[in-house]
Amino acid sequence: MSNHYETVFVVTPVLSAEQAKETVDKFKQMLKDAKAKIHNEEHWGLKKLAYPIQKKSTGFYQLFQYEVEGDFIAKLELAFKRDERIMRFLTVKLDKHAVAYAEKRIERLKSTAKAAK
Amino acid sequence: MAENSSEIRYLNPPAIDVKKEKYCRFKKNRIKYIDFKDPDFLLQFVNEQGKLLPRRITGTSLKYQRKVAQAVKRARHLGLMPYVADLMK
Repeated sequence: MSNHYETVFVVTPVLSAEQAKETVDKFKQMLKDAKAKIHNEEHWGLKKLAYPIQKKSTGFYQLFQYEVEGDFIAKLELAFKRDERIMRFLTVKLDKHAVAYAEKRIERLKSTAKAAK
Repeated sequence: MAENSSEIRYLNPPAIDVKKEKYCRFKKNRIKYIDFKDPDFLLQFVNEQGKLLPRRITGTSLKYQRKVAQAVKRARHLGLMPYVADLMK
């Protein structure tokens, strides 16, 4: 039974832009291999951290909101732990209220994107 | 007897005993999910040192206070909110 999950992770700022992009694509590829349905994907870019993590004060934030089989999450978290370019990661299972909130967030993003164009 | 009890005339009624009715803002405007990703909303539930405000100050109900606490802790883990801060507001 596939559940809704939301993963936010912070990539170390030391990397160049395309290296950061490459780490993000690596995890996106992992999700695709596990036949996950990615609902939403956000890249907040370089943000200032509230406290230094690994002696660094900024980080690339990336959000994935997807639907996948439950057993895939252990593999994903292991990959996060192994990858030293990832400073922090957090995977959250979404209940029905959270999913409703996420849908509203997607529409809001679409409308702002449309308005920006 | 009753007249002299009402002898004391206040220029303006003392505001201390007017109790402002506290309410749970999540129940009132039907917020069902507290998002850990936007720290500026969560800052309202945290004092200047970054510590969580108690329910008696914010007036939130127990169910939503737990959700707020969990969201703040997740935001702290991700570096969106500080564990310890001074005069951050």
